[in-house]
Amino acid sequence: MKLALRHVLVLAVCAFAVFPILFVVSAAINPLGTLASTDLLPSGASLANFAHLLTSDSYPFGRWFFNSVFIALVSSFASLLLSMFAAYAFSRMRFAGRRVGLLALLLIQMFPQFLAIVTIFMIFTRVTELYPAFGFNTVWGLLLLYLGGALGVNTWLMKGFLDTVPKELDEAATVDGATHAQIFWRVIMPLVTPILAVTALLAFIGTMSEFLMANVFLRDPESKTLAVGMYGMIAGDHRNANFGMFAAATLLTAIPTVSVFLWLQKYIVSGLTSGAVKG
Amino acid sequence: MALDVRREAAETARSPRPRRQITTAFVVSRIAVLAVAAAILLYAVPPLVAAGSWVSLGLLGAASAAIAYLYLTRRFVPAKYLVPGTVFLIAFQVFPVLYTVTTAFTNFGDGHRGDKAAAITAIETGSVRQTPGSPEYALTAALRGDRLVFLLVDPATKQVRVGDSSGLAPLAGARVGITGKVLSAPGLRVLKAPEAAARGQEITALAVPTGDGVIKANGLSRAVEGKAALLYDAGCDCVRGDGGPWTADESQGYFVNAGGEHLAQGWQVNVGLDNFARVLTNPTISGYFAGVLGWNLVFALASVLGTFALGMAVALALHHPRMRGTRVYRIVLILPYAMPAFAMLLVWRDMFNRDFGLINQLLGADIDWLGQVGTARLGVILVNLWLGFPYMFLVTTGALQAIPRELTEAAAIDGATPWKAFRRVTLPLLLVALTPLLISSFAYNFNNFNAIALTTDGGPFPADSPQVGGTDLLITYTFRLAFGAGGAQFGFAAAISVFIFTIVAVISAVAFRRTRRQEEIYA
Repeated sequence: MKLALRHVLVLAVCAFAVFPILFVVSAAINPLGTLASTDLLPSGASLANFAHLLTSDSYPFGRWFFNSVFIALVSSFASLLLSMFAAYAFSRMRFAGRRVGLLALLLIQMFPQFLAIVTIFMIFTRVTELYPAFGFNTVWGLLLLYLGGALGVNTWLMKGFLDTVPKELDEAATVDGATHAQIFWRVIMPLVTPILAVTALLAFIGTMSEFLMANVFLRDPESKTLAVGMYGMIAGDHRNANFGMFAAATLLTAIPTVSVFLWLQKYIVSGLTSGAVKG
Repeated sequence: MALDVRREAAETARSPRPRRQITTAFVVSRIAVLAVAAAILLYAVPPLVAAGSWVSLGLLGAASAAIAYLYLTRRFVPAKYLVPGTVFLIAFQVFPVLYTVTTAFTNFGDGHRGDKAAAITAIETGSVRQTPGSPEYALTAALRGDRLVFLLVDPATKQVRVGDSSGLAPLAGARVGITGKVLSAPGLRVLKAPEAAARGQEITALAVPTGDGVIKANGLSRAVEGKAALLYDAGCDCVRGDGGPWTADESQGYFVNAGGEHLAQGWQVNVGLDNFARVLTNPTISGYFAGVLGWNLVFALASVLGTFALGMAVALALHHPRMRGTRVYRIVLILPYAMPAFAMLLVWRDMFNRDFGLINQLLGADIDWLGQVGTARLGVILVNLWLGFPYMFLVTTGALQAIPRELTEAAAIDGATPWKAFRRVTLPLLLVALTPLLISSFAYNFNNFNAIALTTDGGPFPADSPQVGGTDLLITYTFRLAFGAGGAQFGFAAAISVFIFTIVAVISAVAFRRTRRQEEIYA
């Protein structure tokens, strides 16, 4: 009886979780492809929306997809490494300014960063003049910008996890003559795989969805990311007509995230918690 | 330069090091790091030299030297790990944020973008009126090298002259077409119509000085001689002309006349704490501010508590030894998290659509969900619940597994009801683990721009004040102030962001202080 109640509750929440997605699937395979003609359950099935999307001249979806996945992969990998370095220093070493540094990281994050967008715009106007390869409309420039946020987001989570890794391990390695770099790469890194997986996933999802900065930064249709491009797809007059295509694009966009999730799944639950549980 | 650095690296690597063994990895990594640094220098220096930015060059040199020293010396070990991330942090977060904060003390915004000299130029060239009886020249835009020049054909004499910002000069050897436009000229490249159109702004901005006035483009193929109706007089620090004299007011950054009016173009000045005072004392703004702040707190709290309650409820329901199908349930429950959030926000917006939205279809209703304040607020909280609860479900699931089952079993043996066991044992243990995440989730949702901007965009807006909508958060309100249609007010927006920052920081700091975890971190 009690088990049955549990199932009912979970099933209800599952229904809540799934119905918008069902709507998207239905819109994606709706042959008419408009918002007005879309129901929760599809009236027909066709891949016309997908075909339109992939062959469209005005919306270079393949290019956007590549841009997004490339930026998300490189930036989550790089920011992972940067924040892991910092977390190692904060967790294992004692130095002047450690406490201030940790607090500062927390505080900087709380400033609504995109309000600095005017300044960022001015900085990158100059950068575009000097180094066009890292200026507006380039993935590299946007990557640099995203790396600015690398430390703030993940360092605390990683430091919390690192604190749970027994110090005796690195002490033993030091006695054996290992340098701090060797300890970092050979001892620490293999032990923190779960938290690496979690932060990688969080960073990946965050970057895939990032809209504001990218919207200011990428103007050229070829350089857009999925978030910017797809927003334009149903902006203004196209809202109704392009909805099917938009839904198809949404489903395709979920593929990389779901793949990363499935790939890292076994680490996720343990990683999310061990970081938080033991302080 | 690169060679020097490498040789230095090699020498350092070879020098004997007592106590520590030198591995190949050690040597290779040092060389690699320095090679990368040298490559960056080689790439970065020439454009700076070409542009003559010696300050930037000095900074770059100093930073590179400091970094090279840092990675060659054996001291400063923590810095070796902190510097890579910090460099990016300073360049793309700390510096922009600090710069933004300094603009909070200025009137930077539309009408106050540049300095005073730029404002004077803009006022003078903007006030040019055609001199009565002056000829209308046929204009052709051309390039000399890469500088824009005007080729002007006098309609009466057919004489061709070339003009740029330094003045007019006769031009010989130009071929003039039937329309009066110049087809070609020696030493110049005549711009074709689309090319000229692409440089429209430059063409409008170019003013060719003549003896007592300037020649300006009127469209892309005509130019007229005119005189500035407003002229700056340095003697009285004022602008003379229509409705003037307009005296410079350094406290406002405007030229004002005796009647208290000002010219549209102003310049950036320091206004001290005016922007902050405006937030607190201006009755319309402070009225909005309190209202928006109140709703903002409700939104952030409801988002955090709602997602946490729902996520925890499901996690608890699944956390039972005899529960079947947890694997499948877990994957289904995670799906909202895996979908791209920006796209799903837009989808939700359309599901709430009055005319063809799914919600009205399913309910058979005709409710303008996002058009009324109450339902719109409920709507965005619901959307945020959908987006956020899988994360809470994930973290609670993990935290539950870390709580020893013996504890709840012991409570049951002692006769506690399941509710009591949850309330007294499970929940406190969960909160110890999850409070930091809840606080950062609060800080995130407090500034959750996307959740509002992509669904209601702050609406619905009352008819009498199009500035603030029913679901506006401080952040969306500020964004509209800074970049919205009403003209950019960067200085004022920066002041509000300082307020936002203070509010979030104080709330989070108080919450953190109350958790035991914080004390452990600083121990």
